[in-house]
Amino acid sequence: MSETDEDTQTEIPPDDTEVDLEAEFHSSNVQEVLDKLDRELVGLIPVKTRIRETAALLLVDRVRKQMQLSSETPTLHMCFTGNPGTGKTTVALRMAEILHRLGYVREGHLVSVTRDDLVGQYIGHTAPKTKEVIKKAMGGVLFIDEAYYLYRPENERDYGQESIEILLQVMENNRDDLVVILAGYKDKMDRFFHSNPGMRSRIAHHIDFPDYRPDELLAIARLMLAEQNYRFSPEAEKAFAQYIEKRRQLEHFANARSIRNALDRARLRQANRLFAGAGRKLTKRDLMTLEPDDILVSRVFSEGRPDTVDGAVPENT
Amino acid sequence: MMSNHGNRITQGQFSFLPDLTDEQITLQIKYALKNNWAVNVEYTDDPHPRNTYWEMFGMPMFDLKDPAGILMEVNECRKTFPNHYVRVTAFDSTRGWETPRMSFIVNRPKNEPGYRLIREERGGRSMGYTIVPYATDKPEGERYV
Repeated sequence: MSETDEDTQTEIPPDDTEVDLEAEFHSSNVQEVLDKLDRELVGLIPVKTRIRETAALLLVDRVRKQMQLSSETPTLHMCFTGNPGTGKTTVALRMAEILHRLGYVREGHLVSVTRDDLVGQYIGHTAPKTKEVIKKAMGGVLFIDEAYYLYRPENERDYGQESIEILLQVMENNRDDLVVILAGYKDKMDRFFHSNPGMRSRIAHHIDFPDYRPDELLAIARLMLAEQNYRFSPEAEKAFAQYIEKRRQLEHFANARSIRNALDRARLRQANRLFAGAGRKLTKRDLMTLEPDDILVSRVFSEGRPDTVDGAVPENT
Repeated sequence: MMSNHGNRITQGQFSFLPDLTDEQITLQIKYALKNNWAVNVEYTDDPHPRNTYWEMFGMPMFDLKDPAGILMEVNECRKTFPNHYVRVTAFDSTRGWETPRMSFIVNRPKNEPGYRLIREERGGRSMGYTIVPYATDKPEGERYV
């Protein structure tokens, strides 16, 4: 160790050393991830801007490190706030990739957990459980969904506090080993940070995820269908736009996740419709196209409440 | 024991070499993880070579991607048992192997008194030989204080 320290000590680059940020940027291949983010995620402009900024900051920090202008690893822990289905997990996945390409995490995998994975059921159960998760996440990103559940002020003997303390310690001491991303609803996260100031001060980047606009949701629907080789007929698309308008007003609306579930149900109805109309000659186009009938039968239209089809994933989980 | 200064016990990999540094341990663990072996940390104060089953420190660690987590556990174990033998083993669960593929000592007591050789005269002119660690004269937990 001491030897390498001496080596670097002796060759501090002079102030007028040229810095090629462009080349550094290209060699890290970060642009590729950013492009992917742009392509895969509709809307979310503020989030994309923030991520671009963060990537730029990290890149400059890396070059500064090469020039020996800084030696500390910057704090990379983040907090994603936003309503369900706004793409927090997907962005976290891309973030892990960006951090990996910039060399801030060694492996670049994402370990996604919730309260149940961290907090134990009895005394002495929490610490090993939390540590096990932390060990799995080392070298990558630990994504804690609905992080505010970790802290339950109404129960002062809740084991969540213990988990938070271990996390805080690791976030401080093992900054080179893992990056923690907390996610959850905005107001609940704010309350969480209010009662855990230590957590707040250790998180450098707060990114807020806005709700999708109706036209963005429709674009998402089209994208999801295209991935599965389906498409809307022009009338069906209009019907779905109406569906989105109506569904948005109802309870448990989970943005992109609700859209996915609605599409799953539409596919189910389409399959039923095709099956019921057996005898008629079907074409490949029929198999690919969703018709307005598949959408308009939804309970959102008739009864003004969300569908619940047996076997469908509940939207509010 | 002529070639073994200070009666250092020689079990597992690298035991004739000077103690591994943390960087070297990290590299070894990295190799194990690369092969999808489950790594765990074990300790004992009975250095007899036939003592195969050491106590486990914590749970075996599955699904890890990075050696940092295991090194953390190694250091935790060293802190708890500074004067015990601590080893890292890597278990291969592939069918046909199902056995530890790596095992190396990462912590030793400060003083290793070594072994006593016991000769047993048997019937006729035959001799039986066995070794006993000096340390095991004392009860468990008090052997290397």
